[in-house]
Amino acid sequence: MVINKVLFDIMNHDLVPFHQIISEKEKTDLLKKYKIESNQIPKILDTDPVCISIGAKPGQILKIKRKSHTAEESFSYRFVVESSV
Amino acid sequence: MERTNSITKKIGSIYFSLLSPNEIRKMSGTKVITADTYDDDGFPITMGLMDPRMGVIEPGLRCKTCGQRVGKDKCPGHFGHIDLAMPVIHVGHIKSIRDCLRSTCRQCGHLLLTDKQKADYVEELKKYEEEGKNKAPLFKQIITESRKSDKCISCGREVGKIELDKPTSLRENGKKLTPSEVREWLEKIRDEELPLLDINIKSARPEWMILTVLPVPPVTTRPSVTLQSGERSEDDLTHKLVDVIRINQRLQENRDAGAPQLIVEDLWELLQYHITTYLDNQTSGIPPARHRSGRPLKTLAQRLKGKEGRFRSNLSGKRVNFSARTVISPDPNLSINEVGVPRKIAEELTVPVRVTVHNITWCKKLITEKYSKKNSPDDYLAGVNYVIKESEGMKRRIKVTEKNAETVSEKLEIGSIIERQLMENDLALFNRQPSLHRMSMMAHRVKIVPNKTFRFNLCVCPPYNADFDGDEMNLHILQGEEAKAEAEILMKVQENILSPRFGGAIIGGIHDIISGTFILTNKKRKVPIADASHILGATGFEGKILKTQIEDGKRYIMGEDIFSTLLPDDLNLEYKSKICLNCDNCTAPKCPHNAYVIIKKGILKQGTIDENSIGAFKGRILDRIIRDHGMDAGREFIDNVTRLGIAVITLFGFTTSIDDEDIPDEARRQIEEGLDKGMKKIRNLVKAYENDELESLPGRSLKETLEMEIMRATGRARDLAGEIAGKHLGLENSAVIMAKSGARGSMLNLSQMSGCVGQQAVRGERIHRGYQNRTLPHFKKGDLGASAKGFVASNYKKGLSPTEYFFHSMGGREGLVDTAVRTSRSGYMQRRLINALEDVKVENDSTVRHAGGQIIQFTYGEDGIDPARSLAGKSIDVNRIVNDIKEGV
Ligand SMILES: [Mg+2]
Ligand SMILES: [Zn+2]
Ligand SMILES: [Zn+2]
Ligand SMILES: [Zn+2]
Repeated sequence: MVINKVLFDIMNHDLVPFHQIISEKEKTDLLKKYKIESNQIPKILDTDPVCISIGAKPGQILKIKRKSHTAEESFSYRFVVESSV
Repeated sequence: MERTNSITKKIGSIYFSLLSPNEIRKMSGTKVITADTYDDDGFPITMGLMDPRMGVIEPGLRCKTCGQRVGKDKCPGHFGHIDLAMPVIHVGHIKSIRDCLRSTCRQCGHLLLTDKQKADYVEELKKYEEEGKNKAPLFKQIITESRKSDKCISCGREVGKIELDKPTSLRENGKKLTPSEVREWLEKIRDEELPLLDINIKSARPEWMILTVLPVPPVTTRPSVTLQSGERSEDDLTHKLVDVIRINQRLQENRDAGAPQLIVEDLWELLQYHITTYLDNQTSGIPPARHRSGRPLKTLAQRLKGKEGRFRSNLSGKRVNFSARTVISPDPNLSINEVGVPRKIAEELTVPVRVTVHNITWCKKLITEKYSKKNSPDDYLAGVNYVIKESEGMKRRIKVTEKNAETVSEKLEIGSIIERQLMENDLALFNRQPSLHRMSMMAHRVKIVPNKTFRFNLCVCPPYNADFDGDEMNLHILQGEEAKAEAEILMKVQENILSPRFGGAIIGGIHDIISGTFILTNKKRKVPIADASHILGATGFEGKILKTQIEDGKRYIMGEDIFSTLLPDDLNLEYKSKICLNCDNCTAPKCPHNAYVIIKKGILKQGTIDENSIGAFKGRILDRIIRDHGMDAGREFIDNVTRLGIAVITLFGFTTSIDDEDIPDEARRQIEEGLDKGMKKIRNLVKAYENDELESLPGRSLKETLEMEIMRATGRARDLAGEIAGKHLGLENSAVIMAKSGARGSMLNLSQMSGCVGQQAVRGERIHRGYQNRTLPHFKKGDLGASAKGFVASNYKKGLSPTEYFFHSMGGREGLVDTAVRTSRSGYMQRRLINALEDVKVENDSTVRHAGGQIIQFTYGEDGIDPARSLAGKSIDVNRIVNDIKEGV
């Protein structure tokens, strides 16, 4: 894993959108805004290369900025969950 | 009968489990011992398959178990049971039985795991349960783990190898296990260990998977029908149960009489076969049980499974009232929003209207008016079919007839509901199967028409994919105010002109409408004033008289000016027509073919109006009107273009016939010459190949190179023939007008009719299969020439030679097979997609969520854009904005 990071940081790859761990405050605001629980957000495994790369832990929420043809950029969120294997 | 008095209950949860033999006996109304149904007098035999203790089917008779009748107080029917002489395996559970045997000891019944392993798995299962994870893989792991040990840890017995011979035979170390032996084994399994085998102790014991008692379903589930001849015909299930009882009886007798083991075993197996097919008559590995006529019986599993099964046919889908189906036919005088409903159908379909203080006089009049002498029988007048009176929670339906109309009308009370017949402008949903997209079901306004077919505007054919070669369509009348409001806003045809598939119009002028506008606008047509008035009358034109020209003392109106009456005043457009030839040096605004359209302030200055102006998908005028002026204007434009196009084409006349494909002898000679040249080239290629002089293309073998070169040569020969033919088919030719304007057909169609059909292919290659080294005996072995491998040099008009005809059929067959395969496969794919996506919707906060509240997207499509209102998928039309600013709009 460490070696991978040294060889190439996947976050710099053109096809990997920008991921960011959001703060507790942002998290509560987000959940309040959509009137949801965190498990209603799309999930991402903690073993996902992106999570490993940015050090996301289960329970945290990632904010994702994607490029879009029609909307320039679009935002999405993912809830980090523990991988079962 | 109505729901008003019943208490509604909500199902909290349901679970499936096994029935124990005791439970089966306890719920049984009677034991069934006789295989017969009715005696000679037609009475059901006691303890037979039609015993009235299992419920009754004839109305009026009373059930002997609950004392109720079938219709009125609803005896639901009661189960019976058959005591099986010997136990039998239940096919549906065979896999579970096998797994139980594999993971337990035959001698002591313990799981073949160490105590530590068992405790670990119990712990693991608990964890899975808490996390709500899928436990199936864990159970699988338990079984594979137990199979690994070769000796029982508890008693030391050697573990045998359990094999399953489909469908119902089990072997231990190659020795057959009888169902009795299996049952004894399963009985030994401990209750405490069952959870590890995925069996809930509270609901089941593994030995119940071996049947010792067979439940007999109530007669109401397998009613017998009396044919006109008075003969009784029994249900398939009853037939199967008769077989079961017969064999069961013989087995019992033989066993009790101490018959040889071999005979008993044979009968036992036969009983197993009958019970297996009774449960599922499509069990693989055994022949399906058949009716006397040879038709396979429809037994229990067949009642539930598949498209015609209970789930898909009766529970997910239902037959509905207030609907009609008939043949469709075209009517260009209807608006795209309308549907013509035959009078006979309109008199059957109804809309409920609640009687209030405000409408009671109207309602009363409606009931009687239809039967009053005053109105002529030719006029349609909506009447009332039923009056529904509600008193003390009971609903009574009164049928209105000519006789009772007066009295019913007088007695009409406020609060009742009248079911009035269809009136013009009622909203109805119109649908054609297969319903592949949302435009397959749209709301139309009803228009009452004579005769017996549904009619609608031709422009609405493409979204329904309808034609009039006998197609039928369905009509549903909306029954509630909410439904009507929703349909009006979301489902009306005019709201669906723009397709969400590609963000453009899917409804627009077609066929004769395009031909009509073409002949009106193509050649600076001067229309005599009388004809012009006729055309303008058809579109309902109101306004100042158009500019006229006088020639030879006669007054004319220009075709462009007539068309311009349909355009909004603020329309400015410039674009190329469909007929544009894409000349090498385009003289754009001054196109000699009148193929450049210029519209200024709603006046058509020049250009030909064809598919690129008014057609679906590409119609520029249509698109612009919808975007700038909305759906109402769009609908009005399509309606008017339809009427205008049809009026023009009927007035001027438009005929296509076989001589449209005639070309001069000179042209035919040229085509033949061209084809000869092509053939010669192919002969040379073949010769070069045979002499090993051909140079192969990179990455191709010589043979492949030759094939590719020949395919190219044949393609070129066909194109050349088409070109020559096309040169002689001018715009005075109706078939050409249709092809070039985009009304119907293509120049390829025409060139195949009058030039050359071209190379036939199967699987993208020249035709090569058939006899040894040749396609047909008409050719020499190894002939690689054009005609031996499926090149059709003739045209459709001249006719094909026998060999050409044969090759053409081969190519045609491939096309047919392809479509057949494609439709079934894509249908299944679509079904699965729909099942996966049916409860995903856009919420008010623009998130896309599941029924379960799971967010799928945070904004719809990640851009929040409605594809139907988008510009062919793009969110904004920058060019348009720049243009508008430039022109100071
Ligand atoms: Mg058809
Ligand atoms: Zn009963
Ligand atoms: Zn044992
Ligand atoms: Zn041009």
